[in-house]
Amino acid sequence: MRPAGRQRGACVIVGTRGASGRHASDESPAVELRGITKRFPGVVANRDVELTVRRGTVHAVVGENGAGKSTLMKILYGVQAPDEGTIAVDGTVRQLGSPSDAIAAGIGMVFQHFQLADNLTVLENVVLGAERRHGIGEAARTAIRELSAAYGLGVDPDALVATLGVGARQRVEILKVLFRGARIVILDEPTAVLVPQEVDELFDNLRGLKAEGLTVLFISHKLDEVLRVADAITVIRRGTTVAEVHPKEVSARELAELMVGSELPSPSTEESTVTDTPLLTVVDTSLDDPSGGRRLLEGIDLTVHAGEVVGIAGVEGNGQAELVEVVMGMREPTSGRILLGEQDVSSWPVRALREAGIGYVPEDRHRHGLLLEAPLWENVVLGHQTDPLYRTGPGGTLVDAAAARRETEQVVAQYDVRTPSIDVTAGSLSGGNQQKLILGREMRRSPRVLVAAHPTRGVDVGAQAAIWDHIKAARRAGLGVLLVSADLEELVGLSDTIRVILRGRLTGDFDPDTVTKEQLGAAMTGAAR
Amino acid sequence: MSRLQRRRVLLALAAPALAVVVAFVVTSLILVVARDPVGQVWATLLTPPRPRLVVAILNGAIVYYVSAVAVAIGFRMNLFNIGVDGQYRVAAFAAAVVAGQAWLPGPLNVALGLVVAMLAGGLWAGIAGLLRIYRGVSEVISTIMLNAIATFLVAYLLRKAAVDGGGSNVVSTRPLPDASRVPGLPLVPGVSREVYGLVFLAVLVGLVYWFVLSRTRFGFDLRATGASESAAVASGVDVRRMVVTSMILSGMTAGLVGMPLLFGQDYAYGSTFQPGLGFAGIAIALLGRNHPVGIAFAALLWAYLDQQSNALQITAGVSDKLVGVIQGVIVLSVVIAYELVRRGGVALEQRRVASLLDASSGRPAEGAPA
Repeated sequence: MRPAGRQRGACVIVGTRGASGRHASDESPAVELRGITKRFPGVVANRDVELTVRRGTVHAVVGENGAGKSTLMKILYGVQAPDEGTIAVDGTVRQLGSPSDAIAAGIGMVFQHFQLADNLTVLENVVLGAERRHGIGEAARTAIRELSAAYGLGVDPDALVATLGVGARQRVEILKVLFRGARIVILDEPTAVLVPQEVDELFDNLRGLKAEGLTVLFISHKLDEVLRVADAITVIRRGTTVAEVHPKEVSARELAELMVGSELPSPSTEESTVTDTPLLTVVDTSLDDPSGGRRLLEGIDLTVHAGEVVGIAGVEGNGQAELVEVVMGMREPTSGRILLGEQDVSSWPVRALREAGIGYVPEDRHRHGLLLEAPLWENVVLGHQTDPLYRTGPGGTLVDAAAARRETEQVVAQYDVRTPSIDVTAGSLSGGNQQKLILGREMRRSPRVLVAAHPTRGVDVGAQAAIWDHIKAARRAGLGVLLVSADLEELVGLSDTIRVILRGRLTGDFDPDTVTKEQLGAAMTGAAR
Repeated sequence: MSRLQRRRVLLALAAPALAVVVAFVVTSLILVVARDPVGQVWATLLTPPRPRLVVAILNGAIVYYVSAVAVAIGFRMNLFNIGVDGQYRVAAFAAAVVAGQAWLPGPLNVALGLVVAMLAGGLWAGIAGLLRIYRGVSEVISTIMLNAIATFLVAYLLRKAAVDGGGSNVVSTRPLPDASRVPGLPLVPGVSREVYGLVFLAVLVGLVYWFVLSRTRFGFDLRATGASESAAVASGVDVRRMVVTSMILSGMTAGLVGMPLLFGQDYAYGSTFQPGLGFAGIAIALLGRNHPVGIAFAALLWAYLDQQSNALQITAGVSDKLVGVIQGVIVLSVVIAYELVRRGGVALEQRRVASLLDASSGRPAEGAPA
């Protein structure tokens, strides 16, 4: 077997041959992707992806959010067509033009967000859209019972979905896929919604599927789970497969290093500029889960001083996004206080916080940072509609388009936004240039505090270095930065203090000068306890 | 930059032109299948209208224009106000009742009528806005329901407010005093029919709409919310308040729809007051791309087709309902054409920007799709 695509970083690279002893080695793999490349305008989402999944194994695909995992799975499930490369299923090269093609080829996908109708029974949900296989009556009920028994899913066809818990719903989703004849099951972040006991049950189910000769593709960024259940692991970084490793020969730390990469230019820290003036203080702040689960945030205490970058490290989904939303006023905390300087701003709306000098680089620039179909200059005004610079006319009720255009020219020049004009739409820029535009519009308004969530995610290396430089320069000028990131390199390089968030709590407190990636990785996965 | 803008204008014009052409072809096919005289029908529809009809077309377009702007205010905010139809009838009734009392002299009474109409329309639409933010009821559903309620409420109240119609079946409110009638303008020579004096109101509505949306901070917030609610929230827009405000503004504008009719033609609200203007407004706003000038052309086209349809029965022996078919096909094709042109435009611009930058430096960025 060919080793996976481009190998970077020092790590054990092994083939998975022999990892599953059940099948003869001359058997064709269940799935074989060769040289898959997918371009979106201005961006390459996947480049030269090589992936071989052997039959009867659980194969994990790991990578950070934005690394290109989901695009790759959409390609395999026929939702998107690759620009280059081939997909072979059971040794036959296939053109998967739609999910129906993928289902016909025996590929099924369980999405992260369940697609079940609450007010229907399990039977009704399962047969919906697949009525031709076993009808909608007794034959279908029997088929479901048999599948459930064969794979140990424990699903009652006549239960109402509304009465089922999350784990059971997931088993229904898996059953739906099996009912449609899938031999290869893709699970997209299946553990994201589960509590630990449910995760154990799921893994038992996956082993059951494997025992029956099915193939499971498991997408995740939770490394400890991947190591527990997978027979082989492929790591994706920046759109391409960088390594294929054997779970027995790699540690969570090594995997984390492969995921975030270690060849990037390290953003070296300079002498500390931290002062003892607190700019942003979060006091014992908690946030309840509106759907009644575990608290999203629990007793968060944190202070950002002038000239300080406080980095929040953590595996996605441990409360980082909620912390940012609470600080930005997009969600009101259940309890606790948030101070800006000396002032209690806990219940201030977003606009008041922005006017008071909090700059914001959102995690998802497309959903929260930009109006993709509006020109650049309107995007520079966005978030600063009430800034005196852009206000004109009686009572400041009008938008000063001329001033906004002048300011946009400045942002474009100063922050090296590569664009032919400030009249093109924001959506036509590449990710890196969009991000530089957002950073520029925030920084040029001279904020006191910058809340930056994953500021260099999905951004090319050049833009990444530029963004780091701008943040460091602003820090020297006394800016306080709350930096949420999954990129350890970035956290270590930029932060003055690193806090680790795990299951809604801040657990660790590290000095970036002395901390090792291993220590951070252990704290992030909870292995340090 | 000028090239960019030229391209944008061309793209903006391409979609309606495409839609009208498609409607022409589809309608011709329908005629062929129905064995109707295709040539004759188009000849009739495309005959230059006589001066009397020109006035009717202008008057029709004036009312349509205001209605379409009311709908467009919602559209710009991603709200679908189907309730313009109910709002303008509630508003016209309220204005007719108040102005019919003749509390104020002459023009002041007209102004009072306009204010009452805007208040009534705004209140009626505001109900849908409040339901949406407090109870999560889709404004599509609530405004449709409010249309039905408006129909019966107005019919019920009309009985109470009615004056003796002198033996006729028509029930109507107390007529306006002569001094409160807005005289028509003899814009088209050689005919006795005149263009509604309140044409200036439609022009004003268009100007205010354009100015508020494109020049004010409120308009910026409204457009931002329509383009991306999540981005608007992150930028500090209070989306809940925005929903109610824009719904009320849409309703206030809808309240003005019936005013040219009330003060320029009917002088009272009766059971024969022109219905259906709100639904035409939806189609016209779509065709006009929510643009103040585009809507004006769309309103003229709509009124033109309406008036030309009368001759179909006589000259071509084809039912005048055919025009309804043409209008329907135009709307369907316009929706499709806009989406096609929009996607094409987005892809075109992305490719052009990428290629311009590639040519100047370096390789494209990597990572997830931007």
